Amino acid sequence: MDETRIQDRGGAGEPGVVELDERPPAHEERIKGGVASPTAHDSGRKHVTGLARYADDEPELPGTLQVYIAMSERAHAKIVAMDLSKVRQAPGVVVVLTADDIPGQNDYSPVFGDDPIFPPTSGPEAIVQYVGQPIFAVAAETLGAARQAAKLAVVEYEDKPAAITFEAALAAAGEEGHDLLAPHEMRIGDVDAALGEAPHRVMGRVEVGGQDHFYLEGQIAYSIPLEDRDVLVRSSTQHPSEVQHNVAKMLGVPDHAVTVELRRMGGGFGGKESQPALFAAVTALAAVKTGRPAKCRLDRDDDMVMTGKRHEVRIDYAVGYQEDGRIAAGDFSHLVRCGYSSDLSGAIADRAMFHADNAYRLPAARILSRRLKTHTVSNTAFRGFGGPQGMVGIERVMDRIAFEAGLDPLDVRKANFYPSFDSGEEPGVTPYHMEVTDSIIAELVDELEASSDYRCRREAVRAFNAKSPILKKGLALTPVKFGISFTTSHLNQAGALVHVYKDGSVHLNHGGTEMGQGLFTKVAQVVAEEFQIDLDKVKITATTTAKVPNTSATAASSGSDLNGMAAKAAAATIKDRLIDYAAERYHVPREQVVFEANRVRIGNAEKRFSDLVGEAYLARVSLSSTGFYATPGVNYDRETASGRPFYYFAYGAACSEVVIDTLTGEYKLLRADILHDVGKSLNPAIDMGQIEGGFIQGMGWLTMEELWWDDKGRLKTHAPSTYKIPTANDRPDDLRIRIWEKGENRSETVYRSKAVGEPPFMLAISVFSALTDAVIAAGDGRAFPNLDAPATPERVLRAVEDVRGN
Amino acid sequence: MANETKGPIRFVLNGETREVAGLKPTTTLLDYLRGPERLTGTKEGCAEGDCGACTVLVAEPDGEGGLRRRSVNACIQFLPAMNGRSIETVEYLGRDGLTPLQTAMVEKHASQCGFCTPGFVVQLQAGWLTGALTDRQLVKDVISGNLCRCTGYGPIIDAGVELAALPVPDTSAADRALATRLESFEGEDVFSYEAAGGRWYAPTNVDDLADIYAENPDAVLVAGATDVGLWVTKQHRELPALIDVSHVRDLMMVEERADKIYFGAVVSHRQAREVLADIHPDLGEMMRRFAGYQIRNAGTIGGNIANGSPIGDLPPCLIALGSRLFLRKGEDIRAVALENFFIEYGKQDRAKGEFVAAIEVPRLTENQRFFAHKISKRFDSDISAVMAAFCLTFDGELVSEARLAFGGMAGVPKRASAAEAALLGRPFDAVAVEDAMAAMLQDFQPLTDMRASADYRLKTAQNLLKRFQLEQASGEHRRITGVDASTFGEVA
Repeated sequence: MDETRIQDRGGAGEPGVVELDERPPAHEERIKGGVASPTAHDSGRKHVTGLARYADDEPELPGTLQVYIAMSERAHAKIVAMDLSKVRQAPGVVVVLTADDIPGQNDYSPVFGDDPIFPPTSGPEAIVQYVGQPIFAVAAETLGAARQAAKLAVVEYEDKPAAITFEAALAAAGEEGHDLLAPHEMRIGDVDAALGEAPHRVMGRVEVGGQDHFYLEGQIAYSIPLEDRDVLVRSSTQHPSEVQHNVAKMLGVPDHAVTVELRRMGGGFGGKESQPALFAAVTALAAVKTGRPAKCRLDRDDDMVMTGKRHEVRIDYAVGYQEDGRIAAGDFSHLVRCGYSSDLSGAIADRAMFHADNAYRLPAARILSRRLKTHTVSNTAFRGFGGPQGMVGIERVMDRIAFEAGLDPLDVRKANFYPSFDSGEEPGVTPYHMEVTDSIIAELVDELEASSDYRCRREAVRAFNAKSPILKKGLALTPVKFGISFTTSHLNQAGALVHVYKDGSVHLNHGGTEMGQGLFTKVAQVVAEEFQIDLDKVKITATTTAKVPNTSATAASSGSDLNGMAAKAAAATIKDRLIDYAAERYHVPREQVVFEANRVRIGNAEKRFSDLVGEAYLARVSLSSTGFYATPGVNYDRETASGRPFYYFAYGAACSEVVIDTLTGEYKLLRADILHDVGKSLNPAIDMGQIEGGFIQGMGWLTMEELWWDDKGRLKTHAPSTYKIPTANDRPDDLRIRIWEKGENRSETVYRSKAVGEPPFMLAISVFSALTDAVIAAGDGRAFPNLDAPATPERVLRAVEDVRGN
Repeated sequence: MANETKGPIRFVLNGETREVAGLKPTTTLLDYLRGPERLTGTKEGCAEGDCGACTVLVAEPDGEGGLRRRSVNACIQFLPAMNGRSIETVEYLGRDGLTPLQTAMVEKHASQCGFCTPGFVVQLQAGWLTGALTDRQLVKDVISGNLCRCTGYGPIIDAGVELAALPVPDTSAADRALATRLESFEGEDVFSYEAAGGRWYAPTNVDDLADIYAENPDAVLVAGATDVGLWVTKQHRELPALIDVSHVRDLMMVEERADKIYFGAVVSHRQAREVLADIHPDLGEMMRRFAGYQIRNAGTIGGNIANGSPIGDLPPCLIALGSRLFLRKGEDIRAVALENFFIEYGKQDRAKGEFVAAIEVPRLTENQRFFAHKISKRFDSDISAVMAAFCLTFDGELVSEARLAFGGMAGVPKRASAAEAALLGRPFDAVAVEDAMAAMLQDFQPLTDMRASADYRLKTAQNLLKRFQLEQASGEHRRITGVDASTFGEVA
């Protein structure tokens, strides 16, 4: 409909149904790009042409300052003196920032208030607690000038004892009389009795290393000073609301004085949840102090040294089991290496506990988790949020029981699965007293067992190993059950804002952030579906705290579940108003106003969606709405360690086959078969991408990605030259990924889909188990290997030597 | 001093001529593109040539009327090195609408966060245009220097395979025109550039190079800048004078003789690979794993030797083969056995003003057996924990000469002399190897660092000798890395 014509009609009376149908609507079967269609990522064309803009690609305003953050050279030390006079006098320097410059709170932590932006310059709190901790910042005309100036600082340290290893952290906790955070315990049944009564018992330990996020776009923030000393911050963050709050808190102003926005990140993976607040705060401080825009973009090495990583965890287990491999009792102890501060470690360590059972029913279980302080960078969220570490423990137990009992590990796993929701059995209960009422793991694994030809390949592997003295193969099929929801229940909420313009085009905004996972595409598909309009009618817009407030992080795989629902609600509100309008205007019952592909049927007449919108505008109907969603029924009581922390579970399984070289420990993943449950997929193409990407990233974590600190607490693997993430040649050519066709969320999620961001990461545990299996073969089954992760060639070789008794 | 053309730096960027003056010679190509040019499609992921997000396509006249193309990491290329060259960025590739590769990338969902994507697009396009992209394995090798953290690579590889199947367009007419245009920028024998307190010399013949270096012995020689680039981007060193040797025609030659091969010092790793593979397939395989593709395009074999790194992959291989180095200072040229070039960590047998001119690499003789293998955490583009290269000469059944060279085992690339002695005059059998493995304990006291522990280094060094013996005895080459899975029997 031509807008001017509508306006021209001004006083000519209301238009009739027929009058506005200048062109009859086309009768399309289905909208383009609706829910369940394998629509390409909304930015795909911009990605491949280099036109997608990231924070550093936006033109800089004149006068923009570049900020360099100087870092501690000591792991744990008192700052005796810090002389920055030469820094201030260096060419190009505009301002030097220390703790003394902070008008509000000197803290960028998400919860606990223990992450100083800079350490105080004097007094008992003037200490540094890791190598790489920010100690001051320089804002200069160029980054080079800022960096050179920072070198002129004279900092005098007085070293204190530094805890770098688990052993040192345990000793320090003993001396202090407490851990960084209080321990947490989950219990079900009488573990000690069940362990005592079980016919077989086995104990062991497995350590799993940390992981750097290695988002390709490093941390960056750009702060622009506004009037009233307000600040606009462009931040590469998964959590704009927290960045906003931290900046406001630091400046001592209300949240409304700070706006945070971003269109997209170049990867996040959890590393841009709590970490970006630091850079936003430092640039905002520089901007407010100087009245000039300020940018801080971290060099890769600085990023890797300065920012938090996945938690390293040591798991001790004692399990009792029956003849057939069924577990009678499991006693798990987690030591979690948190780094110097709390950050999100409490919730992360909790999630490791929530996944100590993975897909297995433990009739009696105790899970004890201690959260230790080390003088290393504060570990943070990373895809899976502790879940993967917890899961490695129980998967190691499965391999161990199979080894001890002489059973196939898959049979042991299957014997322990939670009962299927439709099995007629009582639902299994988790160690945190939640009934598992949606388990499909048995059926899904049966299907993968058949499609991957597991049994035949088991024989083939055995035959290969019998004939091959030096190269040994291993095979493993492992399941994933991953709990979906923030376990801090109040975070399970989201908001959206939808505008419909007079021409029928739609502006979509929500609190979620796009880091590559395809969230924006999926939510737009939901809105297109709700309005029954083609996807290209929906404009996806940058996340900003000015449009949707008080958002939770785009994390915990919750992005589409929460924001999809919120956007759907916003669209539904507008749609309801359109229905009301049409029903009243054309005297038809509401149920006779039906939205079909790009058109609306009103009684026996039809009109284009855009025409109805145009009319509604003239009739003064509001075409803008917020939407809100809160996940129903989730709760967790930490006092009693019980509740229903998860709305539902996502499931999957993978079967991996590896070959190892017993002379060098080198190995190769030969083939992997994956079957994964995404419920009813919102977008199968995007979901496939999450599954493959998660699997390979998980494989990197468990195999080649090694964080290595020297005895001074210096991270020596702080660049891609020394920290190795998988490349194309690490991906097996034979990688068979399928989305489980029967998938349908039993909970009422958006179009019955399931979250997919994190769960596939843990499919890679199959690679770790397959390596374990190959090492067992290298020792001719005489001993069980103590293979820790990351299973670098060095660790594999050491495990081989161990099982061979060398 | 030779005839000299003083700056500005002249090059073609995305089809347009640029003349640049006033920028410091160590300004990186990436900073120039993202800064003054506002071409922000080219990304910085690491600023050390290890992630490929900054990949651009560089072309120069091939001397025969056409162009020689290669992809490089813009993050560690200095802007003056672009003098007389053409640069194409991701923005330019899609100037007439999406290219077939770009379309395939979108359709196959090959981008997620998209930050690495422009680098992959340029790299695959470069691989295709240069004929390097022919099958799936080569697609993966071509992107070995590009990191993606989101996709798991599958869809990117698939898009590359689709591109590989398309005929490479005939660009010869346009290439000739561009070559002519670039040649028109050529001035005198030496290009020099000075700005912001920094000097840059780019001679085109070796005599001028010798003169300039003799006059400026404190200048830094730079060829592919795959190491020197990091002195600037990571160590933030000030380099007041640089001599770009990458235009010196005399140093680009490869001369293949019946018994030996001469490489000029600035022969790139990519060029050297095929020739080395012809000596022995293990060398080809080692070069396939040597750094990433873009680094192999830029880095030179002279640079890999002259920088004296104890963990360069090439020196142990060349030492095992008995290579010699030709060093030149002014008019004087001398030859030195490569193993004697490395004196101790950080110290080489190279005088001030002296430079590596060429490397002489003997071919294997009928009675020689060779083995090379690299141990690293990751298959592609990793620095080795241990690099082993062995060459045994036989007199009948007996070993008459043993050259067992290692990288990563000492402060310099080093031969295992005690182990060599244990093999001499004996058949190369399990017993002799056991003795040599034991003797190796006298040869090396390796370090523990982030790449590997001392124990692991020693153990694998020993075991690789064992593997060599097993391979020789069985005639089977069964290594995990480097070959496809089918080598290990049917995967049902």
